[in-house]
Amino acid sequence: MRITVNVNGTDYTRDVEPRLLLIHFIRDELALTGSHWGCDTSNCGACTVWLDDTPIKSCTALAVMADGREVRTVEGLEQAELDPVQQGFMECHGLQCGFCTPGMMMTSRWLLDHNPDPSEREIREAISGQICRCTGYENIVRAVHWAAQHPATTEASA
Amino acid sequence: MTATQETPDTHNPVGYGSMRRKEDPRFIRGHGNYVDDIQLPGMLHGAILRSPLAHARIVSIDTSAAEAHPKVKAVITGATLETLNLAWMPTISYDTQAVLATDKVRFQGQEIAFVVAEDRYSARDALELIDVEYEELPAVVDAKKAMDPGAPVIRDDKEGQTTNHIFDWETGEKDKTDAIFATAEVVSAEDILYPRVHPAPLETCGAVASFDKITGKLTIWETTQAPHAHRTLIAMVAGLPEHKIQVISPDIGGGFGNKVGIYPGYVCAIVGSIVTGKPVKWMEDRSENLMSTSFARDYHMRGEIAATRDGKIQAIRVHVLADHGAFNGTAQPTNYPAGFFGVFTGSYDIESAYCKVTGVYTNKAPGGVAYACSFRITEAVYLVERMVDVLAYDLHMDPAELRMRNLLRPDQFPYTSKTGWVYDSGDYAKTLQVALDMAGYEELRAEQAARLQQNQQNQSQSEERSVAPLMGIGISFFTEAVGAGPRKHMDILGLGMADGAELRVHPTGKAVLRLSVQSQGQGHETTFAQIVAEELGIPPLDIEVVHGDTDQTPFGLGTYGSRSTPVSGAAAAIVARKVRDRARIVAAAMLEVSADDLEWEKGRWFVKGDPDQGKTITEIALAAHSSLELPEGVEGHLDATCVYNPPNLTYPYGAYICVVDVDPGTGKVTVRRFIAVDDCGVRINPMIVEGQVHGGLADGVGMALMEVIAFDDDGNCLGGSFMDYLLPTSLECPSWELGETVTPSPHHPIGAKGVGESATVGSPAAVVNAVLDAIKVRHADMPLTPAQTWRALQGRAFRTDMAIGD
Repeated sequence: MRITVNVNGTDYTRDVEPRLLLIHFIRDELALTGSHWGCDTSNCGACTVWLDDTPIKSCTALAVMADGREVRTVEGLEQAELDPVQQGFMECHGLQCGFCTPGMMMTSRWLLDHNPDPSEREIREAISGQICRCTGYENIVRAVHWAAQHPATTEASA
Repeated sequence: MTATQETPDTHNPVGYGSMRRKEDPRFIRGHGNYVDDIQLPGMLHGAILRSPLAHARIVSIDTSAAEAHPKVKAVITGATLETLNLAWMPTISYDTQAVLATDKVRFQGQEIAFVVAEDRYSARDALELIDVEYEELPAVVDAKKAMDPGAPVIRDDKEGQTTNHIFDWETGEKDKTDAIFATAEVVSAEDILYPRVHPAPLETCGAVASFDKITGKLTIWETTQAPHAHRTLIAMVAGLPEHKIQVISPDIGGGFGNKVGIYPGYVCAIVGSIVTGKPVKWMEDRSENLMSTSFARDYHMRGEIAATRDGKIQAIRVHVLADHGAFNGTAQPTNYPAGFFGVFTGSYDIESAYCKVTGVYTNKAPGGVAYACSFRITEAVYLVERMVDVLAYDLHMDPAELRMRNLLRPDQFPYTSKTGWVYDSGDYAKTLQVALDMAGYEELRAEQAARLQQNQQNQSQSEERSVAPLMGIGISFFTEAVGAGPRKHMDILGLGMADGAELRVHPTGKAVLRLSVQSQGQGHETTFAQIVAEELGIPPLDIEVVHGDTDQTPFGLGTYGSRSTPVSGAAAAIVARKVRDRARIVAAAMLEVSADDLEWEKGRWFVKGDPDQGKTITEIALAAHSSLELPEGVEGHLDATCVYNPPNLTYPYGAYICVVDVDPGTGKVTVRRFIAVDDCGVRINPMIVEGQVHGGLADGVGMALMEVIAFDDDGNCLGGSFMDYLLPTSLECPSWELGETVTPSPHHPIGAKGVGESATVGSPAAVVNAVLDAIKVRHADMPLTPAQTWRALQGRAFRTDMAIGD
């Protein structure tokens, strides 16, 4: 099947098998390896990307479902500068091995877009569909708090 | 952009202190480089056919249909490997393991055939085309029945093996211990299971093998925590010359001991590349990871504790039945078939101890030493900390008071335990007191008593009124032994457990440090740069840390058992001091004074009594590479190497307190608070230390409450996906409350102790003790799922390692 998927603002047209998972399309066809393949069952969330404006587990979505739609991955987080979520993860030691990090950040960005000042409980609920084996979640929660407290401003300032 | 106004020093201290990690900029951009991210020109993909049965004779394997698949390039079976003498390989425990099964399958998920195809999906398709005929055999699932007369013999491939017995091992003094037990005022005994769990790193295991037929060189990207040990093992297993093997362990997505051993998939990827002449990638999926790679624990323990009526612990006696699965593939030092379980005497001042461990084969996946266990100290700590609470239960004593009464005193260090371990340093009572104070222990007990009273009143007044959650407080005090060697006592397959380091300061004063250990998320690129920074005064950002590539780094045994800081951390400090000594000679030549007249301050040698006369390390580095005339026998440049052979293990310890609420109607446990006070000696990067503790505490909640790899009567794995093998999420974890005490290791060059596994080792007992304290039950086995907790409340706790029965 020929599909065209807009990923991080760029259109990609590829011939794919209908059964191809979105995560493998992103990783193997487009060589965007920031999103990770972790569990196959939607439990771990290492593969979390946005489809249009919603975080999904791309290990349980087909590439053809993204035809004509927009996908945003971790590679699309940084614009002119790092996204505050990315910076928060660095500032607060929100990552160790880094494998869950892209998915965690995509969900966190979505949360802050819809709830700019989340409580600890709201942050924990937002990331509860994802697994981190290193951090015990403490510093991920702090990282999202940090990002909430340091929203991106339109003017470029270092 | 948002301003981060921290001072630059916060992000680049010249030495110890919290600083942002050097590795993070690539990870937060999605630019990590994990094994599955490797794409090579012409690369093929491998997939493994696995056994659906736990125990069966292989009658025939027909691969013809798979070979006819248009995208399949090779199908490899055990028969193929037999022609290369590769069907079986040695394990790290001096056993053998099938790479691809030839005679029988011995656990569900065992490797039978390897397909190499043009893409991932085709390789999997072809697996469906392989026809295997089995003759099913009865499976040995329950370790307690493995030694029954007439039990099926799993390892009939081994000459002279007529039972499922692997080994017996004992430690301590049996007669003395028995004598104390015979006359003790109080003996508490309990059967305690540490069930089989799985480390489940978020990145599964995999490899990309690329064999160059012309040069004869094998390059293999592997998910390994021990690249050098793997290179040597691959040389031994595959018969390839070691200098023609390059093992690259790029970014590793968590290891926790799961990535220490050599798996059949790695060998198959190598063979696949040799056979096809192309690079071959093999990446397991989650089910394969959970069902076939190194599990952890599976210790059936009988613990006994002898004490006086007033709570003085006198002796501990333990019998363990160790389930090692179908192949004895535990990864631990040669002389320690039960790992470091000998540390089961814990943190207590006792008179005698004895332990016997019997290892048996079962029809389950091999492994045993993994999941941040510090070579079985996890089992040892769980046993002793559970038993101390059982004793407290029997004596009607407060568990904190009982521990305080028995902890080792500071003046007893260095302390030789009753099983021969020399604890290096500690001030245990102080650490426990800090934890009790942080928790507000007295207030918690008062709250618990008030809650109990209120519930009793409610129940007596009206049976209809719901009962408030039961509140429990659990304590665990652990002592670890980490940082193997010394090499004299500790080796893996004959390889002594010492690690190398190489440091070179470039002419401009920047440096490169090369290490044998391999980070799986521990932040080595940052921490090790900080160690050198502390010793030489070169900022960490100016020090490149190279690891994970056997062609680029010195030999060493790798990262597991919390050994990176105790062993390689020491190596980094020593090698930096060697460079500092060389710099002193160079500085003396520059200043035209005697080296003896120079004094060091961080980053600079200066003339004693004349501080203005000095040379910075940067100036010295340039001079060392210049035409400056150096004394006779002094080589130019500024570099050094060393191999660090630790004189002893380091003994980090800690006091953990967990507070839970248990719903008596459903058995659901909520972890309300968790207080963790760790003493790991000197902290190089406190931010990283705390992060590691956080992760281990989550492990403890997971193991205590939800994680288990159980099997049904036929040997079907009941934990083969993340829908079945439950891991804690952000909602099961509380916000951790951390404290610290600092008791430096007296024998470590910088006073540091390992900490990577402390929390995983210490926390499960605290959670279990808290739950059992809430429901006032003497003992029930992990995981304390709602079902198990509810059943324990009814007095009918079940075996968690089997399918739930009646």
